[in-house]
Amino acid sequence: MNPMLQMININKSFATVPVLQDVSFSLLAGEVHALVGENGAGKSTLIKILGGVYSRDSGDILIDGEEADINDVPSARSYGISIIHQELMLAPNISIAENIFLGHEIITKLGLVDTCKMEEKAQEMLDGFNLSLRATDKISQLNIAQRQMIEIVRSISFGAKIIVMDEPTSSLSEKEVNVLFDAILRLKKSGVGIIYISHRMSELDVVADRVTVLRDGHYIDTVEMKETDHEKLVSLMVGRSMETFYVKHPHFSEKIILEVEHIKSGSMVKDVSFTLRQGEVLGFAGLVGAGRSEMMNCLFGLAEVETGKIFLDGNPISMRNVREAIQMGFGMVPEDRIQEGIFPVQSIRYNTTIEVLDHFLGSGMYNAEKEYELAKKYLDEVLATRYSSLEQTIASLSGGNMQKVIFSRWLLSTKRILILDEPTRGIDVKTKADIYRLIDNLTEQGLTIMLVSSELPELINMSDRIVVMSRGYTTGILAKEEFSQEKIMTYATMEM
Amino acid sequence: MIRIKRSMRILAKNVRDCLGILIGLGVMCIILVCLTDKFATSSNLFNIIRQITINIFLACGMTLVILLGGIDLSVGSVIAVSGCISAGMVTWEKLPVPLAIIIGILCGVAVGSLNGFITSFTTISPFIITLATMNIGRGIARLYTSAKTIAVLNPLYTFFGTGKIGKIPIQLFLIVLVVAVTSFILNRTRLGRGIYFVGDNEQAAKYAGLNVRKIRFFVFLYSGILAAMAGILSTARTFAATMVMGTSAEMDAISAVVIGGTSMSGGRGTLMGTVIGAVIIGVLNNGMNLLGINTSWQYVVQGVVILIALYIDYIRNKGGLIKFLWNRRIK
Repeated sequence: MNPMLQMININKSFATVPVLQDVSFSLLAGEVHALVGENGAGKSTLIKILGGVYSRDSGDILIDGEEADINDVPSARSYGISIIHQELMLAPNISIAENIFLGHEIITKLGLVDTCKMEEKAQEMLDGFNLSLRATDKISQLNIAQRQMIEIVRSISFGAKIIVMDEPTSSLSEKEVNVLFDAILRLKKSGVGIIYISHRMSELDVVADRVTVLRDGHYIDTVEMKETDHEKLVSLMVGRSMETFYVKHPHFSEKIILEVEHIKSGSMVKDVSFTLRQGEVLGFAGLVGAGRSEMMNCLFGLAEVETGKIFLDGNPISMRNVREAIQMGFGMVPEDRIQEGIFPVQSIRYNTTIEVLDHFLGSGMYNAEKEYELAKKYLDEVLATRYSSLEQTIASLSGGNMQKVIFSRWLLSTKRILILDEPTRGIDVKTKADIYRLIDNLTEQGLTIMLVSSELPELINMSDRIVVMSRGYTTGILAKEEFSQEKIMTYATMEM
Repeated sequence: MIRIKRSMRILAKNVRDCLGILIGLGVMCIILVCLTDKFATSSNLFNIIRQITINIFLACGMTLVILLGGIDLSVGSVIAVSGCISAGMVTWEKLPVPLAIIIGILCGVAVGSLNGFITSFTTISPFIITLATMNIGRGIARLYTSAKTIAVLNPLYTFFGTGKIGKIPIQLFLIVLVVAVTSFILNRTRLGRGIYFVGDNEQAAKYAGLNVRKIRFFVFLYSGILAAMAGILSTARTFAATMVMGTSAEMDAISAVVIGGTSMSGGRGTLMGTVIGAVIIGVLNNGMNLLGINTSWQYVVQGVVILIALYIDYIRNKGGLIKFLWNRRIK
C-alpha cells in the first residue's frame, strides 16, 4: 500500500537552533500512527509544519505520492489536513451546527446563511458518530470530551483525510477516552489517516498501529506497535534503559505523623480516613471524580472540613486557609499546573521564591543577592531546570521545566508534608525520571509525601502504601506486598 | 559589589522596558526646545511639575489597581469629595487645617474601603463597582457644596498648592515622596509582590496561600487615599473647591498607566513607566499650549499617543505574551 502522506528529510531551525534534522514520517490510509518523544523532541514542530503554521527550511511533503505545496494553514487544509489542538478552538456561545460549519457555511441562493440545512447536515454527522447530541445545542453545554468529538466531526466536514490529534486524552476521563477511541476506529474504517500524539503508553497499545519516535529533533525509529513494548519505546525516547526510571527506597519510620479520621467535605469527599507515617510516600489511587484532589484541598486549607478530625503528631488541627496549612508544614504541587500553579508573565525568580519572600523582604531591606542564590540553588542543583535567565517569564518554559520551577517553590518552603497532585501529568519521560529521583531523595531527607496519581505504574513503583478512593470514600489501603493493578482497580470501582 | 551590579542590572532592565517611551519623551522635549524658547526655562518646567502632580498621585494608585487586573473609575470623584469637604471644614466650619486635611483623607479611605470591600468579597467587576462609587462620590460633592464654590484662603492649607522650598515648588517633593512610597510598597513588600501575583493568576495565588482579599482591599484603599490627597492638593493650588473638580481625572491616570506599558489584564508593568507616562502627558499638553494649539486638538493628540504606546507594547509582545494569553482565554 502506498502511503497517503510522506514527509521526507524535513529540516527546520529557529534562528540558528536546529529543531528538526532530517526527520521523515509516513502515514497510511486507515492507519493510526503515533508520534512520541520527550518534550522538545520536535513533535509539535513537525505537526505545525504539516499544518502550515511553520514553513520548513528543506525537505519534501508528498500527499498521495505527489509533491504538496503547503505554505500556510489554508493550503494545508485544502490537502485535507486537519489538526485538533490540545486547547480546543470552538466558539462556546454558538450552536454545534454553526461551529461545525464555521468558515464554510452553507449559503442559500440569496447569499444568506442557510441555518436549517446546516443543522440538518450537522445532525446527520452527529448521528453518524452515535453522539446523542442535538445540532442546535450550544458548545458551552458540552463537556470537554463532547467538544473534542465536535472538533473531529468538524474536521470531517472539511473533508479531512489526515487528522492530527495532539494529546487528545489529556483532559478526558476513562469513559470519555473510550468514546474517543470508538470514533477513531470509525475514522480508520473510512480510510482517514490519524497522527496521534500522546504521553500515555497504555493508550498506544489500544489505538496505535505504528509508532515513530523522535528525540532531540532527530528521527530515531518507526516500529509496529504489536512488535514492541513500553520499555523499548521509553528507552528509544530517552536513549537509555528503563532500569534507572523509577528510583525508590524505603525511608519511613513507624512514627505516625498525620491521622485523618472520617473527613467529609462538599459533595466529593464523603468519608475518608488514613494515617501517614514519617518519611513515607503514600500513594492515592482512584478514578476521575474519586475525590482525591478535593481531599488534598481539605488538608491544604483550600476547602472546608465539615465533619471528621485531623491530627498532626497526635494533636487535633484545622486549617482555615492555605497560610495556616503552610505554617503547619504542608506544601502542595497542584494538579493543574497552568491554572493553579504558575504566574505566567512573572519571572522564573518571582515564581520560585513566592513562598519564602520573608527571607529577603522581611524587614523592608531587599536582599536580592539572597533571593537569587536561593532560587538558583534549587533550580540548578536540586532540579537541573533548563532556563536561560532567572528573569525570563515562566510561560516561556516547557511543561516539564515549569513543573520543576513549581517544585522548587515548594521545596523551598515545605517543612514536613509535601502533597503532589498528578506531578508528572503531561511531562516528558526524562523530567519524569528526574522527579522520581527527587521524590526518593526528599523522603531520605525526612520529608513525607502524599502522591496523587492516575498512572498506576507510577503509584505502584513509587509508593510505600497506597490509599484507594472511590466516589469520596476510602475503599482500601494497600501495603507494598499487595500492590497490583487489578487490586487497585477493584477497590477503585467499589461502590459504598 | 555583586549586589550593586545586580541592582544595576535590574535598573537597566527597568530602563530597557521603558526605553520606547523614554525615547518618545526625549524626542518630544528636543522638538519643543527647538520650536519654542520658553519650554526649557525653569519657570516652565516647574509649571509642568505643578500640573502633573495630581495625575501622578492618581496614577500611582491606578498602577497598583491595574496591576491587580482591576480598574478604579472613582478617583476623579474622590478628588471632588475630599477637596470640597476639606475646604468646607476650613472655610465653613473653621476647623484647624491639619484636622480638615485628615477629614479629607478619610473621605478617600471611605470610598477606597467600599471599593475594596466589594471587590474582595464578591466577583462583581471593579469597573462596575467603581462606576457606581464614582457617581455616589460626585453626588455627595454636589450635596455637600449645594453646587457652590468653596474658596479656601487659609495660608497653611494653600501652602500645599503654592508653597516653595527654596526655589523649588513643594509639588516636586510631594511627587518624590509618593513615588518612593508606592515603589517601596510595590517592590519591597510581600503585599506588593502579591499584587503582581494576583493580577497574573488569581487562582494560583490562592493555591500559593496569598491572602487575595487583603491584597485587593489594600490596593483599592491605597488608590482612594492617594486620590483624596490629590483632591486636597488641587484645592490648595486653585484656592477653591467645586463639585466638578477632578472630572475625568481617572482617564488621565489610566492613560498615564497605559502609556507606561502596564498591561490592562494585570500582572505586568512598572511604576517607572507610569511616572514617565504622566510626564509625557504633562509635557505634551504644556508643549501644545506653548505652541498655541487649541484644546480640542490636544485631546486628539493625547488619544493618538495612547494608541501609539499600546501598539508599541503589542509589537514587543506579539511573539510571546499575547499569544499565550490568547490561547489561555480560548480554553
